Amino acid sequence: FRLSSLIGHISTCPSLIGQCCQRHPGSVDEFQEELVIRPLHSGDIYASFQFRTLWDTDFLQEGQKVSHYRLFPKSLGQVLSKFSVRELHISFTQGFWRTMQWGQPFIPSPPGAELWVWFHDTVSDVDGNWKELTNVLSGIFCASLNFIDLTNTVQPSASFKPLGLGNATDHRFLRYATLPREIVCTENLTPWKKLLPCGSKAGLAVLLKSEKLFHSSFHSQAVHIRPVCQDEQCTSKAWELRQTLNVVFDLYTAGQGKKEWSLFKMFSRTLTEACPLATSSKVYVDITDNPELFELSPATPLLSQAVVLGDRRTYSVFDLTRAETFGQLRSLNLLLRWKGDGGEMLRPLLHAERYVAGFGLQTGEIHTVIYNNHPYRAFPVLLMDSVPWYLQLYIHTLTVTSKSRDNKPSYIHYQPAKDRHRPHLLEMLIQLPPHSMTEVTVQFERALLKWTEYTPDPNHGFYVGSSVVSALVPSMVAMNTNFTQDQPLFSSFVPVKEESSYFVRVYTEPLLVNLPTPDFSMPYNVICLTCTVVAVGYGSFYNLLTRTFQVDEPSLPLAKRLANLIRRIRGVPLLT
Amino acid sequence: MGLLSDPSRRKVLTGLLTRLNTPICIVCYLAGIVWFMGLAFEPFTLRTYMSENAMGSTMVEERFSSGERALSLAKEFDAHKRKAGGMPVEWLVKAMQSRGLEVFTQSFSRKLPFPDENKERYMVRGTNVYGILRAPRAPRTEALVITAPCSPGNTNNQAVALLLALAQYFRNQIYWAKDIIFLVNEHDLIGTQAWLEGYHHTNITGMEYSPLQGRAGSIQAALSLELSSDVITSLDLVLEGLNGQLPNLDLANLFYAFCQKLGVLCTIQGKLQRNDWDTAEGYTHAAQTMMLMVLKQACGRSWGDHGLFLRYHIEAASVRGINSFRHYKTDATTIGRLLEGMVRKLNNLLERLHQSYFFYLLPSLSRFVSIGYYMPAFGLLAVILLLRALDLWVHLGAPALAPSCHCFSVSLQPSSPGVLTVLTPVVISHLTGVALYLLPVHLQEMAVEHFPVSETEAVVLTAIAIYTAGLALPHNTQRYTHRLILMQFILRYMFTLLKLTALLYLAVLLGCTALINFSLGFILAVTLVPITASITPHMPKALYALVMVLLSPAFTILYCVFIYQELIEAPVSVSEGWMLFLSVISQGILDHALYGSLVYPLLALFIYPCWLMFWNILFWN
Repeated sequence: FRLSSLIGHISTCPSLIGQCCQRHPGSVDEFQEELVIRPLHSGDIYASFQFRTLWDTDFLQEGQKVSHYRLFPKSLGQVLSKFSVRELHISFTQGFWRTMQWGQPFIPSPPGAELWVWFHDTVSDVDGNWKELTNVLSGIFCASLNFIDLTNTVQPSASFKPLGLGNATDHRFLRYATLPREIVCTENLTPWKKLLPCGSKAGLAVLLKSEKLFHSSFHSQAVHIRPVCQDEQCTSKAWELRQTLNVVFDLYTAGQGKKEWSLFKMFSRTLTEACPLATSSKVYVDITDNPELFELSPATPLLSQAVVLGDRRTYSVFDLTRAETFGQLRSLNLLLRWKGDGGEMLRPLLHAERYVAGFGLQTGEIHTVIYNNHPYRAFPVLLMDSVPWYLQLYIHTLTVTSKSRDNKPSYIHYQPAKDRHRPHLLEMLIQLPPHSMTEVTVQFERALLKWTEYTPDPNHGFYVGSSVVSALVPSMVAMNTNFTQDQPLFSSFVPVKEESSYFVRVYTEPLLVNLPTPDFSMPYNVICLTCTVVAVGYGSFYNLLTRTFQVDEPSLPLAKRLANLIRRIRGVPLLT
Repeated sequence: MGLLSDPSRRKVLTGLLTRLNTPICIVCYLAGIVWFMGLAFEPFTLRTYMSENAMGSTMVEERFSSGERALSLAKEFDAHKRKAGGMPVEWLVKAMQSRGLEVFTQSFSRKLPFPDENKERYMVRGTNVYGILRAPRAPRTEALVITAPCSPGNTNNQAVALLLALAQYFRNQIYWAKDIIFLVNEHDLIGTQAWLEGYHHTNITGMEYSPLQGRAGSIQAALSLELSSDVITSLDLVLEGLNGQLPNLDLANLFYAFCQKLGVLCTIQGKLQRNDWDTAEGYTHAAQTMMLMVLKQACGRSWGDHGLFLRYHIEAASVRGINSFRHYKTDATTIGRLLEGMVRKLNNLLERLHQSYFFYLLPSLSRFVSIGYYMPAFGLLAVILLLRALDLWVHLGAPALAPSCHCFSVSLQPSSPGVLTVLTPVVISHLTGVALYLLPVHLQEMAVEHFPVSETEAVVLTAIAIYTAGLALPHNTQRYTHRLILMQFILRYMFTLLKLTALLYLAVLLGCTALINFSLGFILAVTLVPITASITPHMPKALYALVMVLLSPAFTILYCVFIYQELIEAPVSVSEGWMLFLSVISQGILDHALYGSLVYPLLALFIYPCWLMFWNILFWN
């Protein structure tokens, strides 16, 4: 099937990376910052920040000790070299990306925390490194990543291929874990901002004020580190650190009735300067739907076209390194006025959702529904499901149906769970027929936990992480495979190999499952007491009903028995 | 427990129990009834209190102010409902969309087993419309549901309008942590059932429905709103759900707390609370309220849209606006605020509602009787059956020990065919039960062909006919047993054995029923226990047959109908009562078919056969 092509696709062609990383001669490090604003159909507004730091050094080379850091954050550099990390992707997300209303995000992420790491193939104790790494990252990002252990870590065989240089396919060096319950807030944002060369003092990062960022419908921040080529010929490697932050502001709660957006209204700040350390600092506004849906002011003559996610979009570009961008007021405050009336649902080409079916606390069924809304093209998707061990999957009940017909997956990788040691991992390559709904169902039984394994009393239930659908979706327009320096950051994260399709990853919603839980408070005592009473009472009643008691005659003393023997011989009555 | 193991002491104890059996049983029965009636006496009950911290201490400020807009919306909705001749689906979809919700529809259809004459429906076809308010920065794992049924005529318009107004107001708030689903369902319970089955992707009642497109994770709580006038005088809280399930008491506490806070008159079972517990009127009032709850719970049907949610472990209650002739009126804004407060507190929940009681009776909204207090009343009745069984057991064993009975060895020999003979009446009664369960619905066509009755009447009358025909059965079994065993003492032994079996069977049945649905268990115990405990073949047949029939399950239902009508202050004449009785039976059968209520199968398959076994004993020769 197309497994190999799909997997191959996700991994990178070195020459492409080389092209996108042409650098100014002479400089060692490079920093770029970028903000994309995309007005969404629903009337909400999507702002996506990307900060890229490039560093031409190789931590992993033998004998080379890196001690001088300029733009690249030292805390991360040390982590990379200590744990022999080849590639690291970590995201913290609060909220769920609403594909049906907002379309596809530039870089998708699941609710909660997600961490996936490729280790260098020289690492002997991958699990040990992984454990230490999660603990260190937990400290760096002020997050509960230390809750990642072997019970929620998996090694996907096909879904997560390296995005950077190299073509590693041995998934023994890959670790993937999600924490769906992780709450993301200010304490995660501050350390993330500190990794930026300018901090939040200058440049686009001045907009990142937590009181506004967390007054939104969706918030996601991520760090992606990967090795890339330094030049076109790929003679030496460089490390790329991409920090992304995506946020969606809600028209209804923040709009206060007025249908307009401005930088000030979104972030309570305006832009006054670029980060002095940045080689490029740009704001892109998606004006493809302009002027039917909204109007933008101030207008800018600078336009840029980019093919993103299978769609050709037009952007107004505001270059912050140029003084005229800020005008006479010396500040840039973009203003968008809505004209259209949104609210209609979108039909993205690929869309997935998941839910738990059934009722009661014994069994249940996980349904994953994947929609292919392409009118005439079928395409394959890789579905990855990682289910905790306390949901015992009945894998023989696994069914995949499309258009009410059985749809046999062409590739299945299933690793059963081990109680208290390892989660289930299920990966499948499914061909989605055009314009169809494919339903994957599997039944499960809820395990009885040991009494110390239950979470503290105030708990919502047990969370099951999102399943991941990765696919090469047929593109409506020719994708741009030729990367240049001018290519904006948001369109260059996942390299494109063919013109006819683009890579999409869709995360489903996490599940909340209730396990049979004893009430640990008062009734527990009552049950103990009742059980004791019943046990004692039951014992005696059982005796009474089943056994007959007879008085046992005490045996006669020896002298009497001898006397009786004699009496019997003599024929006289016996003594008693 | 040497008391029971020591043979001599045991002999004394069993002797005492057998000698004083009848007085002890009578005392137990009276004590059980008195205990139950005492539950409504205020000093014996506990004051309700909020157990859930997240709902108790957190402050919520209600700011909903668009009650007037809701009322004008109700008029608009009414106009569109009239124009569409049913649910105005398109208008509702547009209205919800313009308020910023994700809107989905679900169509369903259901053919009833026989026409429902109360609601005049047979082939039901409808559409549910629901909009989901997505909570900002929440991962779609938890949801709350607010539902309003779209009823025919001009009832419930205000509920739908208030729902929309609340949706609009809620959409502009940032504090939601759980998604909120606003559901407008058609054909009341059938629509709710279709939606719930669609949401949980189950099919337990043979409903046909289109799959749901949008979901919002596991539902934590649901509120159903019924409101038919612009102003109301009081709000009634309905808790009784399918099979007598009740929501967590904290939900009732929450409602009561907000009624107190906003100064809204609130009732339960339509009865206002009184403060004079120490007067006879006060006590009677509380007892009546509690009796109403017991009767409603016992009948096992869902008394509002909320009742069906309980099966899915979703805490739910119905809030019903009542407009009577009191002077004190409450407007739509205040009701909106009340709901806003309740939903906001539910939104604060950090765990499923589980802190408070699931098993309780409410003599008033501020007083409750927990399971620990009411169970002894049932226990006292159930222990009578066990005492009688113990008595019989001792009697069965006694001839074996007594040297005077030389025929003991003979009696042991046919004991294995003997046990089989006991099985015969057991099997025959249960087959009658199966017939009572299956035939009424399946034979309706034949009955309609041969008799001039409607389908509904056919079903009910067939049920009554089979029930009555069951009474003729003992003669058959008796002749059958006659041929097998002739000796008198074996017959005695047999009837004792049958009675012992039947007593234990009834004890287990009632015990299990009372654990799940106390009210049903208790009502059955009150009527069945005295007659079953005392019945023997050596009684005046005609008199006791009459008493037995008068205390049979069917007559229990009849009495309940009359008592219920008396309690809701709408007494009925005998003929009206009879008509109500017939409709109760048809509704019971319908509830079973449509929503999976278990009262009808319980009565037909277990309680009635068990009662028939005692009927058999009476006619044992």
